[in-house]
Amino acid sequence: MFRKRLPPEEERKVKANDREYNEKFQYASNCIVTSKYNIITFLPVNLFEQFQEVANTYFLFLLILQLIPQISSLSWFTTIVPLALVLSITAVKDATDDYFRHKSDNQVNNRESQVLIRGSLQNEKWMNVRVGDIIKLENNQFVAADVLLLSTSEPHGLCYIETAELDGETNMKVRQSISVTAELCDPNHLASFDGEVMCEPPNNKLDRFCGTLYWREKKYPLTNQNMLLRGCVLRNTEACYGLVIFAGPDTKLMQNSGRTKFKRTSIDRLMNTLVLWIFGFLVCMGGILAVGNAIWEKEVGFLFQSFLPWDPPVDNFLFSAFLSFWSYVIILNTVVPISLYVSVEVIRLGHSYFINWDQQMFCSQCNTAAEARTTTLNEELGQVEYIFSDKTGTLTQNIMTFNKCSINGQSYGELTGPLGIKPTRLNFTPLNPLADPNFCFYDEKLLESVKVGDPHTHEFFRLLSLCHTVMSEEKSEGELVYKAQSPDEGALVTAARNFGFVFRSRTPGTITTTEMGQTVTYSLLAILDFNNIRKRMSVIVRNPEGRIRLYCKGADTVLVERLQPCNQELISITSDHLNEYAADGLRTLALAYRDLSEEEWEAWSESHRFADKATDCREDRLAATYDKIEQEMLLLGATAIEDKLQEGVPETIALLSLANIKIWVLTGDKQETAVNIGYSCKMLTDDMTEVFIISGHTVQSVRHELRRARERMIALSRAREEGKGIEGWAEAGFVRNGCKEGQAGDGTADGGGEGARKPSQCPPIPSNLMDSISGEFALVISGHSLAHALEPDMEEEFLSTACACKAVICCRVTPLQKAQVVELIKKHKKAVTLAVGDGANDVSMIKSAHIGVGISGQEGIQAVLASDYSFAQFRFLQRLLLVHGRWSYLRMCRFLCYFFYKNFAFTMVHFWFGFFCGFSAQTVYDQFFITLYNIVYTSLPVLAMGMFDQDVPDQRSLEYPKLYEPGQLNLLFNKREFFICITQGIYTSVVLFFVPYAVLSDATQSNGVPLADYQSFAVTTATALVIVVSVQIALDTGFWTVFNHVFVWGSLGSFFTIMFALHSQTLFRNLPNQFHFVGSAQNTLLQPVVWLTIALATAICIVPVLAFRFLKLDLKPQLSDTVRYTQLVRQKRRKPAGRSMGGVWRGTGSVSEGRLGARGGSRRSGYAFAHQEGFGELITSGKNMRLSSLGLASFASRHSTGWIDTLRRKKNNPTPPGTSGENSPALSIVSGSVPPLSNSSSVLGGSQETPIEEEAVTAPAQNTDSDLAVCKQTSTSAVSEAATPQGSAQPNAAGVSTSIRGRPHVKDSSGGWAHSLGTVQESLFGWKGITTRARASNRAGSPSVAGETSHVV
Amino acid sequence: MGKEKSKSGPLARRPDNSAFKQQRLPAWTPMLTASTVLPSFYLLALICMLLGVWLLLTVQNTQEMKVDYTEAGSCNLCFEMRKNVSNAGQKCTCMIMFSIEKAFKGDVFIYYGLRNFHQNLRRYMDSRDDGQMLGRKSNLKSPSSYCKPFDVDEKGVPIAPCGAVANSMFNDSFILTYYTINGPTVVPLLRKGLTWYTDKNVKYRNPKMDNLTLPEVFEGTTRPPYWQKPVYQLDPFDPNNNGFINDDLLVWMREAAFPNFKKLYGFLYRANKPFTKGLPAGNYSVAISYNFPVQYFKGRKEVVLTTVSWFGGQNHFLPIAYLVTSGLILLTAVVLTVVWWKFGKDGKNMAD
Repeated sequence: MFRKRLPPEEERKVKANDREYNEKFQYASNCIVTSKYNIITFLPVNLFEQFQEVANTYFLFLLILQLIPQISSLSWFTTIVPLALVLSITAVKDATDDYFRHKSDNQVNNRESQVLIRGSLQNEKWMNVRVGDIIKLENNQFVAADVLLLSTSEPHGLCYIETAELDGETNMKVRQSISVTAELCDPNHLASFDGEVMCEPPNNKLDRFCGTLYWREKKYPLTNQNMLLRGCVLRNTEACYGLVIFAGPDTKLMQNSGRTKFKRTSIDRLMNTLVLWIFGFLVCMGGILAVGNAIWEKEVGFLFQSFLPWDPPVDNFLFSAFLSFWSYVIILNTVVPISLYVSVEVIRLGHSYFINWDQQMFCSQCNTAAEARTTTLNEELGQVEYIFSDKTGTLTQNIMTFNKCSINGQSYGELTGPLGIKPTRLNFTPLNPLADPNFCFYDEKLLESVKVGDPHTHEFFRLLSLCHTVMSEEKSEGELVYKAQSPDEGALVTAARNFGFVFRSRTPGTITTTEMGQTVTYSLLAILDFNNIRKRMSVIVRNPEGRIRLYCKGADTVLVERLQPCNQELISITSDHLNEYAADGLRTLALAYRDLSEEEWEAWSESHRFADKATDCREDRLAATYDKIEQEMLLLGATAIEDKLQEGVPETIALLSLANIKIWVLTGDKQETAVNIGYSCKMLTDDMTEVFIISGHTVQSVRHELRRARERMIALSRAREEGKGIEGWAEAGFVRNGCKEGQAGDGTADGGGEGARKPSQCPPIPSNLMDSISGEFALVISGHSLAHALEPDMEEEFLSTACACKAVICCRVTPLQKAQVVELIKKHKKAVTLAVGDGANDVSMIKSAHIGVGISGQEGIQAVLASDYSFAQFRFLQRLLLVHGRWSYLRMCRFLCYFFYKNFAFTMVHFWFGFFCGFSAQTVYDQFFITLYNIVYTSLPVLAMGMFDQDVPDQRSLEYPKLYEPGQLNLLFNKREFFICITQGIYTSVVLFFVPYAVLSDATQSNGVPLADYQSFAVTTATALVIVVSVQIALDTGFWTVFNHVFVWGSLGSFFTIMFALHSQTLFRNLPNQFHFVGSAQNTLLQPVVWLTIALATAICIVPVLAFRFLKLDLKPQLSDTVRYTQLVRQKRRKPAGRSMGGVWRGTGSVSEGRLGARGGSRRSGYAFAHQEGFGELITSGKNMRLSSLGLASFASRHSTGWIDTLRRKKNNPTPPGTSGENSPALSIVSGSVPPLSNSSSVLGGSQETPIEEEAVTAPAQNTDSDLAVCKQTSTSAVSEAATPQGSAQPNAAGVSTSIRGRPHVKDSSGGWAHSLGTVQESLFGWKGITTRARASNRAGSPSVAGETSHVV
Repeated sequence: MGKEKSKSGPLARRPDNSAFKQQRLPAWTPMLTASTVLPSFYLLALICMLLGVWLLLTVQNTQEMKVDYTEAGSCNLCFEMRKNVSNAGQKCTCMIMFSIEKAFKGDVFIYYGLRNFHQNLRRYMDSRDDGQMLGRKSNLKSPSSYCKPFDVDEKGVPIAPCGAVANSMFNDSFILTYYTINGPTVVPLLRKGLTWYTDKNVKYRNPKMDNLTLPEVFEGTTRPPYWQKPVYQLDPFDPNNNGFINDDLLVWMREAAFPNFKKLYGFLYRANKPFTKGLPAGNYSVAISYNFPVQYFKGRKEVVLTTVSWFGGQNHFLPIAYLVTSGLILLTAVVLTVVWWKFGKDGKNMAD
């Protein structure tokens, strides 16, 4: 916009409350402009844009030519009318689009925001917010700009935000103001705040901010932890104040939203090339004819001058030839009529409507129909080769359900059988009034087992009710709501609740449960929190009887090593169960416990305290301490949680892979979760030869890993070819790699796969199709590795590895990386890419892919707004691509082929006539025929074909995904097809000229009047032309709906009607010079010889085409022909088809499951624990107790875990690499600042870095919370004295001591907050569909929506 | 999947379940199968064959005779004379003899033919004013600019009819003589009714007379430069055949599509013997008033006599084309049959 600042910003200086000072830097205002035009610029800009289209410029050029009388061989209106029409239609469309952009811009820009101006809060529109303003944000408000958090209503200057708009993560994140400003709570203080911020210039790195605050002669470092970015939503924080640092286009949100590019389809591009070619062709033809004209004028025309003198400017044959050249360019221009562009647009519009209208893409749950938001990309849907999919909300519903469990060697839970069998849902209410009515479980045995009081089962559920970091809220007696940090944890606690072990409430030191109706209070001694390396969490509790027990849940791989080896049998049975669950794509956890003696506990507690206080390597020491006590445990069982996929996802993915579409999952999620989903949606299967995991942190390691992966692939496939099914591959395939940073990953090979080992191109036995998707490779790459892999010198390497893989999963990727991956494929593969996602973090990817698809209804509408197509469920993608896309492509190709054909047939007749009319650019036809041919006589039948044609019905294209391939290979319309079309067109034109010429030149009417006059010839040729192209369209049309009939017959009818009308007396009398064909039609068409000529020409034109088509169909039938044929031949219609292909994808699931069961060899850990560490310590410290009623936020910052921070962290802190970075950037902090909240330990144990004086502010969480009054200076200072001792105390003790005081407050506040939370939930649920609502409330106790989605992206 | 839509719920935005919107319109899906294509090929071949044979037989019954008189016989003198533009005003007549071997039965039409005369040049065809020839007074006095340079003469007097087409009107005339044993008999020719009905009655009209004579109506205009007579004196015998509705003018104004063409001159008046059954065999001569110069453009002139059948004059191309087409279709059909029989997959390859 008004970016006239000369140098790019190098450093940003912002002074709070000082508009004059900030103004001199001319920072961008907060006004956002996404629209392209305004009223004044619309016409010139839009016309300029439109004339950038080759075609439009071409027609403009022709128009100018036609205005020169010496050249004009056609009337000017033959070009200007269509051109004006096209330009104005496009302009109207653009104007409408831009109007809506203006509207949405206005809506955003006019949002109200409270700005502190001269000491008082005033409502200002967003667009008037300036850099340097201090604005007040309230709960659930969008952040208006990138602001530096100054203070909040919450203790410690904390505030919670949801960043779904930015990165798609719906879990909450914590931001904290720096301590000095945290005290500035009321407007008066803030108004006098005059700190100056120096920081980096605007950039698009969401997880990085680097700046310094200068205030009162002191420097305070600022990090991303202190920033609230535009697009975030404030949650669970009553209010906060922030200083605007970046506004409008400088905000990270806007910097991240890629430019809106005008997308064109490959057919568009091809068409533009072809138009250029045709232009070249025109020039050639014009040249030939001009040379002809020169010769003719020299030889004949010169002599003929007595009858027809040369026009005054023409004085020699060369000049005449020059003019003739341009005249012919005008005449022959109809090879690419402008109606081509109009028709293409109309067809696309029609296809878009068909997408909008498709009932089978309507989601009844969300009452959302599919929507084609762009009308220009439809046929590209039929050519997609790569799909880039987001995970959360796209593949998954982001709902976790407790699905199965294994207790003491006994497996419970319904088998995931076919959906048809619907077992009855268990009713828990008789047993347990506190049960969550929405919880579903089908296996009665488990309930029985609980009822009879099986100790193992009881202990199992007791563990689930104790070992977690869930917060509960009890609005009224029995009405429990759980807020879990991750939805799967919520699912586990809810399961325990329903089976009679109800988690009721917690304090920092206690957990109260209701076990089989009895209230029991455990004292919570320690939470051994989860982190990514440990992959487990434990609690140590003392039960009312005083026994101390450690409960642990975690990944089976880590847990098994820590079990007492006594019961090997149980371990192996459970392990089998775990494998089974994992193979089903469930997320598994193993559960174990250990009894501790008082002495052991004391001893450990001491060492833990010691470790906790350690100043260096605290984390490692803690981990070591934890490790020490989590030993010798007894296995209880395992749980399996289903991360509910959206309906039909595995089928869709299988179908799409059968259609040879490669699917890449790009997710911000953790590797385990992503891999797990990969398995459950059958992208990854155990039949895969090998799954490579790339998670290196340096360029070298990534390069090395990629190379190794490639070498392995080559080695394996060679082994496969050599071995021809011999067991040799098996050893090679079983490269196991337990360790996380390992490269090779869990390579498993399939037990029954000998047959599948053959190269996928072998004989067409039905099972072969399956082999082509199984028995191949998969790649999992994490964000930080991807950052290296996307560097220019690594691109090729990455690409060659990734593209050799059947499935690619990129986890922990940033929005920008998503776009980069897409761009990479676009750049190197020349393939059509489709990106599908639902969150704001997918926007960049959606925008950069050829086709962007937004899933509506889950995370917001950002993705939908940026998308080209939107619908409610991932599974609709198959219909969009395989049915609509395929049809669109087919129709468009047929349309184009025919269109070029008909115009060459039409136009080239002039060329041949040139040789007989002295190359004088005389047209063969009446000029009205030339004008109307493309608009009226031949437009509708081909439009009808372009709209309605179907080669095979929609069910068939879903049954035979291979039908999709011609689109990907670009077979139906390419340069070769184009040449065939124009050759056919030229052949037709030859026939259409020479047959009438041969017949008519010597013919007479039966009354002796010669037929060789120009007008009769014109009428004959025109009629023959219209008939031939009508017959041709009739041949091309494969699906004769009533419209086709009406249009084909109607066009023929209209041709004759209009011709007779144009040749009528009435028109002639009025305009004799325009309608001088008067009477020709009736005189000519009454002659039998004319009709015989037309019939002959038609036969000669059509018969060869018919013969070729028949031969092609007979000798080299395409799959679609075959399908069509079988459709036609009713006999044995479905049987072979259904089995050979249709059955394949349906069978996929069961087959692989069956194999797994037989083999039982999958050692893939299904573990995926969605926690972020640090929550435990917040609980034990009681710090978040005020939040108990909200308690869902993930307190460890996920933000800091991007690859950049991880990299940075590595430099500072040489902890073992490879943990995918759930750790703290241990930054050295300048004194006077609050520790960043990126890490649990630092929040709790301020001892490490935080200066003592900070404790007063940071510690007394629960006290201040109770007052809902926002952050009163007095209360803070008052409490701060009392609270000092807790600061660095060891967690347990602190927890216990504060619990007594804290408790009543907790109750108080929960009520208050419940209200607001309810509103949040209400508003969040509001737009979810009914069913979603039902499902969500299913877990009423558990997470709020934000919580549910916490771990997945 | 996704079929359980019938359950209740807010389906307000559900698309209509109409066959059109769901793309399930009933449709006919033809396909090129052997059972449809092969028989139709044979049928087509048969039809073409029958048509060809019938046409051929018909054509055999027609007769045509062409006499090139450009420089034949005594016309070479006139030919030489017309080479010089200065002699344009001089009259020149010549005669050519020819004989008819076999009597022309039925209606006999006499044409003049021109070769290498390009009536189909763009500027030539445009060089006329249909408004003027429709009798519009305004156009009569100020002809369309398309007529340039034949719109006004050097003195600025408008030309009627204007334009290159009219100016170049063919102005030879023929007298056909039949030599019987009794001596020469002039073959009676009808010189009217040579044009399309629409041309004579719609397209060309004389300006409104209003009790004026034709010459008065055309007063203030001049004849085209190459003409010897003004437009209102074209037919000295029939005053109603003058002006813009003169048959010869109309015939000429209907431009030919190709450089070699023939135009109707007249037809045989069969009321009197010996011409009641057409032209009897024997010797004929044609006396030509040789006015039209063709040597400038290397053209040829000829007289054509033909009889016609129901589909017009003698035309060998059409029947032969039909027969050849029929043969080719038959050949194609046979090849297709063989291919289908031997190699055809006929949709049986579902395994692919």
